[in-house]
Amino acid sequence: MTIKTVRNLRRVSQGVFLLLFLWLLLRTGFSGVLTEDAIRDFRLSYPVKIFLQFDPLLAISTILSTWRLYDGMIWSLVLVVLTVFFGRFFCGWICPLGTVNQIFSSRKKNRKSIIGWNLVESNRWHRYQNIKYYLLIVLLGSSLLTSLLVGIFDPLSLIIRSIGLVVIPMTGYVVDFVNGVIFNSGVGFLSYLGIVLDMISRSVLLTVKPVHYHTIISLGLFFFLILATNRLFTRFWCRGLCPLGALLGVLSRWSILGMEKDHDKCTDCNLCLLHCHGGDDPIANATWKKSECHLCMNCQAVCPEGVIKFKLFPHEKKQDVKKAPSIPRRKVIASLAGGAALVPMLRSGDDFKAKFNELLIRPPGAVAEDQFLARCVRCGECMKVCPNNALHPTFLEAGWEGIWSPVLIPRIGYCEHTCTLCGQVCPTGAIREITLEEKVGTKERKGVSIGTAFVDPSRCLPIAMGTPCQVCEEWCPTSPKAIYLEEISVLKPNGESVLVKRPRVNPDLCIGCGACENVCPVVDRPAICVTSIGESRSAENQILLESRAKTQT
Amino acid sequence: MGAGVYTRREFLKKTGKAVAASAVLGAGYVLADSRPDYPEEKIVESVSLNYAKDDSVLFGKLAVARDDTPSGLVKRAVAALGGIGVFISKGDKVVVKPNVGWDRTPEQAANTNPEAVAEMVRLCLSAGASEVIVADVTCNDQRRTFLRSGIKEAAEDAGATVFSYSSKNFMDVDLGGKLLTSWPVLKPIIEADKLINMPIVKHHGLTRATLGMKNFYGIIGGMRNQLHQKIDQSIVDLASFCRPTLVVADCYRALMRNGPVGGSLDDVKEYKTVVAGVDSVAVDAYLTQFLNLTPEDVRHIALAHKTGLGTMKIEDKVILDA
Repeated sequence: MTIKTVRNLRRVSQGVFLLLFLWLLLRTGFSGVLTEDAIRDFRLSYPVKIFLQFDPLLAISTILSTWRLYDGMIWSLVLVVLTVFFGRFFCGWICPLGTVNQIFSSRKKNRKSIIGWNLVESNRWHRYQNIKYYLLIVLLGSSLLTSLLVGIFDPLSLIIRSIGLVVIPMTGYVVDFVNGVIFNSGVGFLSYLGIVLDMISRSVLLTVKPVHYHTIISLGLFFFLILATNRLFTRFWCRGLCPLGALLGVLSRWSILGMEKDHDKCTDCNLCLLHCHGGDDPIANATWKKSECHLCMNCQAVCPEGVIKFKLFPHEKKQDVKKAPSIPRRKVIASLAGGAALVPMLRSGDDFKAKFNELLIRPPGAVAEDQFLARCVRCGECMKVCPNNALHPTFLEAGWEGIWSPVLIPRIGYCEHTCTLCGQVCPTGAIREITLEEKVGTKERKGVSIGTAFVDPSRCLPIAMGTPCQVCEEWCPTSPKAIYLEEISVLKPNGESVLVKRPRVNPDLCIGCGACENVCPVVDRPAICVTSIGESRSAENQILLESRAKTQT
Repeated sequence: MGAGVYTRREFLKKTGKAVAASAVLGAGYVLADSRPDYPEEKIVESVSLNYAKDDSVLFGKLAVARDDTPSGLVKRAVAALGGIGVFISKGDKVVVKPNVGWDRTPEQAANTNPEAVAEMVRLCLSAGASEVIVADVTCNDQRRTFLRSGIKEAAEDAGATVFSYSSKNFMDVDLGGKLLTSWPVLKPIIEADKLINMPIVKHHGLTRATLGMKNFYGIIGGMRNQLHQKIDQSIVDLASFCRPTLVVADCYRALMRNGPVGGSLDDVKEYKTVVAGVDSVAVDAYLTQFLNLTPEDVRHIALAHKTGLGTMKIEDKVILDA
């Protein structure tokens, strides 16, 4: 096999993994089958969270923050072992964010132009590439103090939430908009295009109505900024910031795959630098930075003189290769301490222990808030999969620490009583995988509650206006219903008294699903609203003495 | 180049500028609008959907089938009314409208029985229907409700098209009601040749019962949650706007309380009955007994009777023991 074939294999691998990644992300929605048992739970057809389960950065961080390794995260060991043997091949061959960055980095590679010379210069190793190691250490430091800030920077979390919550909804909007224009134009033959677009939105994007996500501008800008930096430096994120890249870089020091250089043959043509992905100085007479190399194989493939050769068990001269990044031990400790210090600072600010945020309704099956912040990796899988568009990234509802973690906004979408999809896709058990029976409950045991509904009498139609309504009661999914009715007499503006039924909420039965809030005809600020109190996961966020006793047992 | 002589390029440039300038001015003139906040008045088509056959003998009949499988019950009830051929002609485009409102299993009796729906589809196809569409505007997510109710699988296996809708599948129509005027109506309902209403018998907190006429909430979109404010008149307006070819009411299982969503098997009672007829009011009136009610207890039935949509006096009907 020639080196050109290897390089082409790498390109194919990048394409295949990117497509696989996008396919699984698109399938993270209402795409699955019902179980055959009497309960008829809905299960996803594909292992949509598998990329995250192979991510050792998330595995290590959650181990540090919870001292447990959740379920399928054990797969990440595969990547650890392979990296120890073969180096950062993940970055160059597999990582979907790496591939996207690569696509955005591409430009004409003419070494004789000024751009080419600038590219050669920018593709040499630079000190900024060490930032990622410090960032990694900071993030691990905060993980150690049970705050999983790593999710903000983990490349897989980042690209899943960015494409899943920003790019796909944007695509959906465009499809919908074009479809609307076609539909309103009334031009006959265009309607066939409309049918195709409808199929795209239903079968590919898996939406039956346009989706909206709270605060995606913040995470969208973060993503698009990362893409934009590629125009200044090739794969700037991968070289300079990616904490997973840093982790794999550190692991690659023991790799048996290395580089041999024949310095004498080099003519200083710079072609290797011109095509370098990692910024690792492959050129002869320079020290190759092993921890920076993505193993893209471009340097060997373009070298006209055969100077550079990747080999298993290479004969490396000491001055030819630098196996590990030079991060002074003091700086390691300082970064670790800095990361750890972040946590007390964040928690001395807005913290759920000081004040529960009534709007912070977590998904069903979410673990207690301190555990939640130690587990949630902000991948957005739960928000992407939610068929009712109920789950959204937080902005500051869970404090700065909890940015982009999931929150349920009932006015946009309620929690479907018989749906357990968010727990099925959560890679780290921040949302436990609950069974449908557990969620719905039995006669003896109440189902999973995420909050409690409250009626606002000043806005409720029967109470405030003497107008019959009770849509909330109609929709209440529990049996017996958590909303019960009291017949009251109300004075109408014309002086006449009418009998109407006012809704009341039984907190013992209410699960906080928010269906009532979602369908309340008072559309701007609903007359019935769910707040987080009464959520099963919390022993403290309870109203009644009795239910408090129940959560504690 | 002498003075006053343009090259071709100069000429084109100057003409181009002149054209662009006049285009901007012209566009400004055309688009100028002194009252930008006034929405254009929507022109709404007035449609009346009367799929019922004008046959007073048929109108006087109610068929009641008991103790059989859901599909057997449907088959017998339709046969008692003279067979499917009375209702469906060759080449008809038929819409079957079950209640698929909620994300519930058949046993929980919040949606029409899937086997009953499938049997209806088969009957229509056997009578030569060119196409059978099963459609409902659901409450919970349409993908979930059609799937968990078992109706998607059963209807598709029987040869029907299950209609999945988006906002584009509605048409604003003047319903011509006392209360309901312009509302978005599901297009297949308007475009059909025949419409078969297949409700399930359920308790309802506000109206006490949700039966055949109430099932037509599922042919419209829009702000349905406002209809509760005058629910009896809304139901009667809808029932006057749209008269089905045939009502085949599923009472294989009835939801006795916690309706219309239910959720617990304790709320369900098995009757193994199907009631069919052409008079929507009479069918609904007959069905009230399964919920331990009388027709007078359900105010929209009484209002429909008063409006003249049909009769709630079931003693006036010929009850066919199917």
